[in-house]
Amino acid sequence: MPTGLFHTTYEDDEKIFHTLWVKIWMGGLIFFLFAGLPFVASPLSSFFGFSVQHMANMIGIFIIGAHGLNLLTGCTGQISLGHGAFMGVGAFTSAILFMKAGWPFWFSLPAAGLVTAGVGMIFGIPSLRLRGLYLAIATMAAQFIIDYAMRNWTSLTGGSGGLNVDRPSIFGFALDTDLRYYYLILVVVILSTIFLKNLLRTKTGRAMVAIRDRYLSAEIMGVNLFKYRLLAFGISSFYVGVAGGLFAHYNLVVSDEHFTMWLSIQYLAMVIIGGLGHVLGGIFGTIFMVLLPELLRIPTEVLSNTYPNIFAIFGTLRELVFGLVIILFLIFEPDGLAARWHTIRAYWKLWPFSY
Amino acid sequence: MAQLEIQDLRLSFGGLTALNGISLSVDTGEIFAIIGPNGAGKTCILNCICRFYHPEEGRITFEGKEITNFAPHKIARLGIARTFQNIELFQGMTVLDNIKLGAHVHLQSGFLAGGIYWGKARKEETRLRREVEEQIIDLLEIQAIRKKIVGTLPYGLQKRVELARALAMRPKILLLDEPMAGMNLEETEDMARFILDINEERGVTIVLIEHDMGVVMDVSDRVFVLDFGTKIAEGPPEEIQNNERVINAYLGGSDAAFSKLGM
Repeated sequence: MPTGLFHTTYEDDEKIFHTLWVKIWMGGLIFFLFAGLPFVASPLSSFFGFSVQHMANMIGIFIIGAHGLNLLTGCTGQISLGHGAFMGVGAFTSAILFMKAGWPFWFSLPAAGLVTAGVGMIFGIPSLRLRGLYLAIATMAAQFIIDYAMRNWTSLTGGSGGLNVDRPSIFGFALDTDLRYYYLILVVVILSTIFLKNLLRTKTGRAMVAIRDRYLSAEIMGVNLFKYRLLAFGISSFYVGVAGGLFAHYNLVVSDEHFTMWLSIQYLAMVIIGGLGHVLGGIFGTIFMVLLPELLRIPTEVLSNTYPNIFAIFGTLRELVFGLVIILFLIFEPDGLAARWHTIRAYWKLWPFSY
Repeated sequence: MAQLEIQDLRLSFGGLTALNGISLSVDTGEIFAIIGPNGAGKTCILNCICRFYHPEEGRITFEGKEITNFAPHKIARLGIARTFQNIELFQGMTVLDNIKLGAHVHLQSGFLAGGIYWGKARKEETRLRREVEEQIIDLLEIQAIRKKIVGTLPYGLQKRVELARALAMRPKILLLDEPMAGMNLEETEDMARFILDINEERGVTIVLIEHDMGVVMDVSDRVFVLDFGTKIAEGPPEEIQNNERVINAYLGGSDAAFSKLGM
């Protein structure tokens, strides 16, 4: 806790940001994300060799989904291996409503969230009886069922060829470039983060964390386990459905290939590496998981220029290092990047007089 | 008037009879102690009241309403709170959040209002914070630890936080399962003081399961003695202390047992 903090009302003490400095930092960060990043994106792109703007957009989309899974797995303690498919439900819903039914984007995106929330809640019903690994298997079934439907319901989803989707326009403002779309994603990311943070400090969030920590005693306190488990599945799927909708209009084509088991596992890796149950965890984990493969591409390419043979032999070098880094992270930082962030912050708060 | 009434409660696990036709009634505002040797079925009674266990026979009524078939989470709404023998706190949450969760059934705002944190939900949260701070944390003297994660606290304090969480439910009746177990003398005295305060100042009925006979005899209005799932005595502490059956069945009739009963 920072020194010199003298709250005189309970309302002050309930605030998220306690000191002026933190507020200034947050304001600065948001200002940079809105006004600064677009300018540094292109020089950085030529430096790294990949499109930084594109990466920022992908990170933004996946942060929303990771927030959703973090609410379910990190906060409520219900594991899900179906979030990749749920994202697909959101993507196809928005794409179909926008392209085939001609709905405006403003309606098709929330509708994607709502439809996904409904689907997620149906597949969340087993959570009343199943826990841990058994729930993981049950949600994995959701992944395969939805995957199958996406591939074979050709009249609706276009089958293996997928659907072509247009970039939307809002109030006559066409979101046709990566940069323009970035602003839409950024706004949704900020709103979803605020909502999650607020949810966790009020009645619903407390009930969910209580279910994670000790569900029997939560029930005695009057928490309706079924209602809150389903609600967690619903809100979580809403988040990931919105992420899917944003992805569909950004990627311009949706097919079942994007939403496989691999994506579900990636989502799980994001929240575990970032830190289960921390709002920051979803953000850090997503940045890590999306950026790391791209950053690993740089040394691989350099090496392949110098030693072409190595690249031929170790074609999967990038994947190997990727897996290794994740394993090392889990061993040395099992509480995730968010916990590390808190440790670093606590260290600097009193530096150099930390005793 | 009887607030909580149990009639002919029977419960068995396989061939083992845990409760064999228990009847008892607890009056509004009293401190009612349940004692008995280990495995006598004391906690089973509480678990039946809280609907963790489903008795094979018998009726449980609270304030004239039969609750034998209620869902566990609906019991809290009636004003029945409990603490556990083994601490059942939410280990990853702060002390404040644990206590606030106790007020779960008294909060109205849904998840949308909570997520937006504006207007009614915000007022409600602030009001709750004030109530928790001024009426519970002050009473139980846990101001210094309110922002600590519960899992990091020592045992005695965790017991106290659990009592605080039960109080946040604004209970009419409080079921305490061995609140003094594993505590040193000072902590035991503190806890006894808190129990008396809660009973006298707030008029909360208390059902107490406890092995510390000194405390039981000092604080309770009536004592109910249980052995192998059957009642062997019921009455005011002085009567129980002199009851031949209690001394023989529960304490083995030795001299040490007499001194344990505070005689």
